Amino acid sequence: MTDATLGEKANALPPPAEVEDVELFHPKSWWTHYVFSQDAKIIAIQYAGTAIAIGLVALVLSWVIRLQLAFPGAFAFIDAEHYYQAVTMHGMIMVVYLLTALFLGGFGNYLIPLMVGARDMVFPFVNMLSYWVYLLATLVLTSSFFVPGGPTGAGWTLYPPQAIMTGTPGHDYGIVLMLVSLILFIVGFTMGGLNYVVTVLQGRTRGMTLMRLPLTVWGIFAAAVMALLAFPGLFVACVMLLLDRTLGTSFFMPSIVEGGEHLKYNGGSPILFQHLFWFFGHPEVYIVALPAFGIVSDLIATHARKNIFGYRMMVWAIVVIGVLSMVVWGHHMYVSGMNPLFGFFFAVTTLAIALPTAIKVYNWVLTLWHADIHFTTPMLFALGFIVTFVNGGITGLYLGNVIVDVPLSATLFVVAHFHMVMGVAPVLVVYGAIYHWFPKITGRMLDETLGKIHFWITFLGAYAIFFPMHYLGLVGVPRRFYEMGQTAFVPQSAATLNIFITVAALVVGAAQAIFFFNLFWSLRRGKPSGSNPWRATTLEWQTPETPPGHGNWHDLPIVYRWAYAYSVPGAPEDFLPQNAPPLKGEHSP
Amino acid sequence: MSVMGLFFILIASTALWWLARQGVLQSPWLEEGEIADFPGAELLPRPPAAKVGLGVFLAVAGCLFSLLCAAFFMRMESPDWVSPPVPGILWFNTAVLIASSLALHLAQRAAGRRETDSLRSWLLVGGGCAVLFLLGQLWAWRELSAAGLYASTNPANAFFYLLTGTHALHLIGGLAALARTARKAWSGGNSAGLASSVELCAIYWHFLLFVWLLLFAMLAGWADNFGVICRRLLS
Repeated sequence: MTDATLGEKANALPPPAEVEDVELFHPKSWWTHYVFSQDAKIIAIQYAGTAIAIGLVALVLSWVIRLQLAFPGAFAFIDAEHYYQAVTMHGMIMVVYLLTALFLGGFGNYLIPLMVGARDMVFPFVNMLSYWVYLLATLVLTSSFFVPGGPTGAGWTLYPPQAIMTGTPGHDYGIVLMLVSLILFIVGFTMGGLNYVVTVLQGRTRGMTLMRLPLTVWGIFAAAVMALLAFPGLFVACVMLLLDRTLGTSFFMPSIVEGGEHLKYNGGSPILFQHLFWFFGHPEVYIVALPAFGIVSDLIATHARKNIFGYRMMVWAIVVIGVLSMVVWGHHMYVSGMNPLFGFFFAVTTLAIALPTAIKVYNWVLTLWHADIHFTTPMLFALGFIVTFVNGGITGLYLGNVIVDVPLSATLFVVAHFHMVMGVAPVLVVYGAIYHWFPKITGRMLDETLGKIHFWITFLGAYAIFFPMHYLGLVGVPRRFYEMGQTAFVPQSAATLNIFITVAALVVGAAQAIFFFNLFWSLRRGKPSGSNPWRATTLEWQTPETPPGHGNWHDLPIVYRWAYAYSVPGAPEDFLPQNAPPLKGEHSP
Repeated sequence: MSVMGLFFILIASTALWWLARQGVLQSPWLEEGEIADFPGAELLPRPPAAKVGLGVFLAVAGCLFSLLCAAFFMRMESPDWVSPPVPGILWFNTAVLIASSLALHLAQRAAGRRETDSLRSWLLVGGGCAVLFLLGQLWAWRELSAAGLYASTNPANAFFYLLTGTHALHLIGGLAALARTARKAWSGGNSAGLASSVELCAIYWHFLLFVWLLLFAMLAGWADNFGVICRRLLS
């Protein structure tokens, strides 16, 4: 067969209109265009902007925590109450309002329609509603800083009975606002999540089979499915706790005496709350991690100019991690007391997650093997992620075992572990992804030099913060404590190390200003990027306009191959976009 | 926990069936062939997006109710649990909800046959019965609180209010969708769109009826044995 006939054959393929085209909402005014927008790309930017703004609040709160730990009592404005409030709000904001919202609401909204070749999400109106409910949830949460008594200081897990007892900071209004805000967040998220899932199922363009989806979409898709199934756990827990607090029911509140007075509560089960909370809480870790896995896979393949090693294994690993993570929540409750058989069950399922996770790490490393690695800023962040994730994951193997977890559970070792694995690692991916997709979103490149300075300070700084923390945990420094006082078993050097960590935390936090400067400076002055600066294969780089216009495409693209056709022998360039017509003799995934 | 287990087996088997049907088990890069044979060149027929959306939503709502039931069975074990008497009106409510579901089923068939008049009347009957059900539930609440059985007096009462309340809120949401469908039915217009709206409402109604039957069985205490069996299985 000759080239000409092949070309004809490609042209003879049925026109793209065979995928039913959607009726889009066309904005008529500035308000419906930029504010009450139904365009997923605008909604994505709104989601990301809100999440990052509230995330900055949480960053400042982490400084408050660190200042107290390094210099106990030196700052008059940090008393025990404020300290607990800072710890609580820092945790809740970072996990739910920043990371979940940013990965799913931000990257999900921007990338899913573009990467699957759709014009928009399938339910744009519901999508818009999702953002506004999220914003409302964030505002309710923020308002708790300004009510009498301040925000709740119950810890981000909000365990009853202490969460609603009078001794806990913010027991009047703070806890109520927190619960209401979470309920709103879940309602808003469910609306968004329906969109992400159904768009991947229904909105894929012609030729975009499941096994040709970029791993980013797979990660976000699996995370959205998990979130839809896991958030109801938090929803039920919040509603029942709210009823306990406001109506005096006894779902979770046991019979309890406070200040010599027997409270009206009777016989509730705090353990029930823990089950419901962690039924959400553990999948939440992977709701944050799976999109990060997906994005990192695409960053590595693109910047190393090589197809991802073991694509199908990667997809199955994502699915298996998603399924397993729904049945491991008990490992957060080893110290709550449980049937030893349950402890055994949860330890086994927890450690089993190491298998698919290790497959992913091996595949990333094997993708890099003999690859044409470009040390661009997104690549640096992706590599930083792999190292950090492995570090955090390995301490997870320690903590997954009941006998190791019980003594370490209340120490800084746990803090170091989860910050590495679900704090630093996903945040590195967020940065990598922003450096990678900023050119598509704005049409301009971010400055590479500033980006590299930002990377090295953040990466090394994060290790300066969290690496010594493992050691502090091993010598027995407890977490959550406002101050240590005279403690015989903790050596004096722990205090010095705490000062070191705090200085590192202040520097890393302040260094994020470089990133924000870069963001705003490049928005106006950055080098024009063209439509495909990274020479990437996925559909979002093949849009007719950059930034993509309303509706994304003129004619819907047809997809002929998977997303990893890099360094293809015989190809005119070293990559083949997913929608480029097939080459002679090509048989491509 | 057993409740959640059952629910997840259901969800997981649906997901696996779907994944297998979509060709995840294939390895397309091992297949050689002509360009026209490129897998995916032919389209799998896709159900309408709204129907898939409803399916996903039902999974989420199902998860919510399963968790509430799981909490119900776990909390039931504590010694202070005193089940409230079942208000007699619940039998009437159940009958009304079955009638409502049946009416929407008939409405769906009428929409399929494009019989606008009978469609409109069945929609009215379905909506009316649903409203009657909600009023009946409110009546049951009043009956309980008149007997001094408040949410704060016993966890069993609290669960009664919580479960019936959550179910009622879902039905109210459904009524909003039904109202929109009715507006379409009265204004005429696109009959295919109308038929699919009616179908979605009917599916949602059947789902809520199913949930209600399970909740009713639990609240009436017929499912207590189930809780005992679960505990035996787990211990």
